[in-house]
Amino acid sequence: MSLLPPGRREETERRRLFTRRAAALGLGQLGLLGFLGARLWRLQAEEGERYRTLAEENRISARLLPPPRGRVLDRNGEVVAGNRLNWRALLVAEQAQDVGATLDAFSRLLPLQEHERARIERELRRHRRFVPVTVRDFLSWEEMAQVEVNAPDLPGILIDVGTTRLYPEGEHLAHIVGYVAPPAERDMDGDPLLALPGIRIGRAGIERFHETALRGRAGAVQLEVNALGRVIRELDRQEGVAGQEVSISIDAGLQRAVHTRIEAGTSVVVLDARNGEVLAMASQPSFDPSLFEAGVSARQWRDWTRDRATPLINKATNGLYAPGSTFKMVVALAGLEARTIAPTDRIHCPGHLDLGDTRFHCWRRQGHGSLDLRGALKQSCDVYFYELARRTGIDRIAAMANRFGLGVDLGIELPGAKRGLVPTRAWRQAQGKAWNPGDTVVHGIGQGFYQITPLQLATMAARLATGRAVQPHLTRSLGGQAMPGGRPEDWPPLGIAERDLKLVREGMWAVVNEGGGTALGARLPGQFGVMAGKTGSVQVRRVSREQRERGFRVERQPREWRPHALFVAFAPYDAPVYAVSVVVEHGMSGAGAAAPLAREVMVEAFTRLRTPPLPPPAPSSGPRVAEAGAGGKR
Amino acid sequence: MSGAAPYERRLLLRDRGGLLRKLWRIPWSFVLLLAALASIGYVALYSAGGGPEPYATKHALRFGFGLVLMLSLALVDIRLIARLAWAGYALGLGLLVLVLLHGNVGKGAQRWIDIGPLQLQPSELMKIMLALALAAWFRRAGRERMGNPLFLLPPALLVLAPVGLILKQPNLGTGLITAMIGGAVFFAAGARLWQFALALGAAGIAAPIAYAHLHDYQRARITTFLDPESDPLGAGYNIIQSKIALGSGGIWGRGFLQGTQGHLNFLPEKQTDFIFTMIAEEFGLVGSLATLALLVLAIGFCFLTAFRCRHAFGRLLAVGLGTNLFLYVFVNIAMVTGAIPVGGVPLPLISHGGSAMLTTMLGFGLLLSVHVHRDVEFAPAGEGYR
Repeated sequence: MSLLPPGRREETERRRLFTRRAAALGLGQLGLLGFLGARLWRLQAEEGERYRTLAEENRISARLLPPPRGRVLDRNGEVVAGNRLNWRALLVAEQAQDVGATLDAFSRLLPLQEHERARIERELRRHRRFVPVTVRDFLSWEEMAQVEVNAPDLPGILIDVGTTRLYPEGEHLAHIVGYVAPPAERDMDGDPLLALPGIRIGRAGIERFHETALRGRAGAVQLEVNALGRVIRELDRQEGVAGQEVSISIDAGLQRAVHTRIEAGTSVVVLDARNGEVLAMASQPSFDPSLFEAGVSARQWRDWTRDRATPLINKATNGLYAPGSTFKMVVALAGLEARTIAPTDRIHCPGHLDLGDTRFHCWRRQGHGSLDLRGALKQSCDVYFYELARRTGIDRIAAMANRFGLGVDLGIELPGAKRGLVPTRAWRQAQGKAWNPGDTVVHGIGQGFYQITPLQLATMAARLATGRAVQPHLTRSLGGQAMPGGRPEDWPPLGIAERDLKLVREGMWAVVNEGGGTALGARLPGQFGVMAGKTGSVQVRRVSREQRERGFRVERQPREWRPHALFVAFAPYDAPVYAVSVVVEHGMSGAGAAAPLAREVMVEAFTRLRTPPLPPPAPSSGPRVAEAGAGGKR
Repeated sequence: MSGAAPYERRLLLRDRGGLLRKLWRIPWSFVLLLAALASIGYVALYSAGGGPEPYATKHALRFGFGLVLMLSLALVDIRLIARLAWAGYALGLGLLVLVLLHGNVGKGAQRWIDIGPLQLQPSELMKIMLALALAAWFRRAGRERMGNPLFLLPPALLVLAPVGLILKQPNLGTGLITAMIGGAVFFAAGARLWQFALALGAAGIAAPIAYAHLHDYQRARITTFLDPESDPLGAGYNIIQSKIALGSGGIWGRGFLQGTQGHLNFLPEKQTDFIFTMIAEEFGLVGSLATLALLVLAIGFCFLTAFRCRHAFGRLLAVGLGTNLFLYVFVNIAMVTGAIPVGGVPLPLISHGGSAMLTTMLGFGLLLSVHVHRDVEFAPAGEGYR
C-alpha cells in the first residue's frame, strides 16, 4: 500500500490535530468528573453530619398517642360520660397521589355529602400535608371493613380506631355533664393533643369545667417510617396519662326520675343540705348531648336557639327569676338581726299598705288581720313583709340575701352559671336612678329587680336548714382524690343567731304542716319525715290599677303572662338532709304547681336514699381516697 | 479463494487464522475493570432489592450476556463495522420513528418499544449509531474538507435528525446528550471553532422560537426539567432525598444494607437512576469515590484507545463512545448530587435495566473492536468504499 508523501503529511497533520482535540476533550471531561468528586467530598465529608441528621428526621416520625378521656361517674359509680370504640377514616394528603381521586374513590364506597367534602377540603387546606384529616367518623364495623378491603385503591386513606364519648343518661344529664365537640381554632391552647384528628374537648358543664383533668396528657411514640409513612418499627414509646375520672354528686337515678317527671319550663334542684352536694338538677326541655360529637348541623342549631323553651339553657343555673314570697325568710332574718322586729311583734294586715299615694296590695284582698312573724310566713302575708322591709331597709335585706347565696357567684362547676342580681341602693345609683321607699316595699316580698336562679334558691333553703354557708357543688372526687367540701364541718356557720333561724324554720314548717299554711297539701307521707318549705308566686307582668278594678284574673291571661310558681323546702325538719327548689314557669301559684312537685321530689329522694352517707369526719390532714365507685348503698 | 468474494467476506475470512492473536489483543484488564463495575452494581442492587431478587441476579445475568456480545463484537473487523455503520444508523433512526408512532409512554414521554421480552429505548441505541455514522463520514476528512461548510452539512443533518426525533418524544435531556455526542465527534474530527460558534448561535435563536410553538404541558415539562424546585413534590423531592442519602453516608458509609434512605424508600427509583446514592449511603465517600474512579478509568480507556488507534474511523468512534460514557456518568452523578436538574439517565453497568446494559455492552464491544483492530489499514478509496 503506497501513500503519497503529501497524503502522508496530511495524515500526520490530521492525527496531530485529533490528538490535540481529543486531549482537550478528555481533559475537559476529567475536569468535570473531578468537579463531581469534589462535590461528593463536600456532601459526604464536610456536610455529612447535617445530612445524617436529616436522614434521621426522615426516618423517625413522632406520633402522639391520644389518652383516653376520663370518665364521669355519678355518686353510685354509674357511668354518666364514658368512651366507646369507633372507627374513622383519615386522609393524609402527603400519602395520596391525588386527593381528589382518592376522595372520589372513597365516595364510591361510602358516599360523601357535598358539605362533608367541603369540610374535608377546608381542613386539608388548614393543616400541613402530613396531618391526617378525618374523612368520615363513626364508621360501623362493616363500613370499616369495606374501606380496609379496598385500601389499595384508596392511597392516603387510613383507618383509625378512636373513641366516641358516650352519654348513657342522654338528655337527663346533658345540662350538668355537658358535652364534647371538636376544638375550634380559638381552643388551641398549645396542647399538641388538640391537633389530633378526632379529639374532642368539653364544651359545657362538667366536661368543660374539668377539661384539663379529663383530657389527660398525650403520650408519644417514635416510629421508624418509610417514605410512604408506613411504620416499620417502633423505636420508643412514652405512655400518655389517661384523663382522670371525675365522680360527681348527682344521683343518676334521682336525676332521671325528676327529669322525666317535670314539664317544659320547669327546673328542680335537689341538694344535700348538709354539704351542698347537688343530687339532682333538672331543667326542661333538654337536648341530646351526643349530637355535638360529630358537629351539630346548622339546622339543628337554629332549631335549638330559636326554640323559646331554650333547651340548651340550664334553667337551674341560668334561669333568672324574682324569688317572690320564697324571699320572705331573708327579709325576716334581716329584720330579726337588725332588731327592726321582735319575734312576737304583730303587724296588722288590712289587705294593703299605703305609702304616700301608692297602695301596695296583699295577695289576700281582705287582709290577714294581726300577725306575728311565724303567722306571716305561714300565710305568706305581703303587708307584714312590706312593713318589715320598710323598717329594715333594702341594703340590710340585700346583705342578708347575699349571705344566703342569692345574687352571688356560688362557684358551681357549671361554666356560665348566672350570678343573678340582688339590688342595693348603690346598685340603683350606679344606674343613675334614685332608690324610692316604695321600691323597698316591693322588694320586701321578693318582687322587683331580683334575678335569682333556682340553684341559689336551693342553696338558700340548705343554708336556712343547716345554718352553715354550704356551697352547691358537683365534684366529689377527681382521679380518686376526694375534693374538700364533703363534710358539713367543711362549711363555716352563717353567723346568724340560732334562735332567729329556728323561728324562721318554724314558719316554714307551718307553711306545709299547719292548718292555714299555704302549702298544706304538700305535706310528706309520715314515713318520710317532715318537710318545711315556702311557696312563691311571681308576677311576670305588672298588673295595672285599671285591670285590677275591672276584675283581673290571672287564669284568663295568655300562658306567658301567667305568674311563675316557686317552692323551696328542706326535709326532714328536725335533721335536714335534702334541700329542694322548684320553679315552674307560668305555673300560676307556688302552692298549686311547685309545692306538690317538691313533695314528689322529696318522696323520690327519700325512697331512693333515706340519708346519703357522708364522708367520715376526718380532721387529719392529707388526702383521703374517695369512695367513688363504691356504689349500691341505696 | 474467489476473487469475486465481496469485500466484507474477505474481511471476515482473512483473519480467521488470527483469531487467537485477536483474543490475545483484547485488553483483558479493561474487561476486568468492567467486571468490577458490574460487581459494584450487583452489590448495590442486592441492597436495593434487599437480596439477590429482584434486581441483582438479573443484573449479573445481563452482564454475562453483555460480556459475550461485547467479546464477539471485539473480534469483528473494524472495517466491516465501518461498512455497516450506515445501515446501523438507518436502523436506529427507523426505531426512533417507530417509537414515536407506537412507543410506550413512560413519564409522559414516548421512550421505549417492546421487542419480545426486551424493552428497547431507541434513543440509547441511537447515540452509538450516531457516533458510528459520524466516524464513518469524517473517516477521510482532510483539513480542507473540514473547512468546507458544504461537507459539514450532511453530518450536521445526521445529528439533527435523531436529536429532533428525541426532542419530539419529548425527552429534552437525551436530546441534548445526543447533540453533545455529535458535537464531540465534530470537534475531534477537526471542525473549526467558529463553526461551533455558528451552530450554538443558531441553536440559541431557534430555541425560543421552538419554545413559543410548544403546548403548555410541554413547556411545563421543560420548566420542571430546568428548575425542579418549581415542582417540590416531584423532581425536587427526589433531589432533596438523594442529597440526604449521599450526605448521610459520610466518609465510611452506614454499612452494607444499613442505609435508611434507600431501605425506607425515601430514595426514588433507587435501583435505576439513583443507584449511585445507594452506594454512597452505604459505603460512604470511600465507596462513591472508588466507583467514580473506576468509571473515570473506563472513560480514560476509551480515549487511550483513540490515541493508540492508527485509523481515523477508530479514533473518532472511540472518542464518540468515550464521550457517550462520560455523559452517562456525569449527568447521572451530577443529577443525584443535585448539581444539574434531573435527567433520567442511568449509570452504566451499575443501574438496573436490560436495555441500558445491552447498549452499554454494545458500545464497549465496538470500542474493543477498535482496540483489537487499531493497526489495521483501511482500504484506499475505490476498493469497497464509495
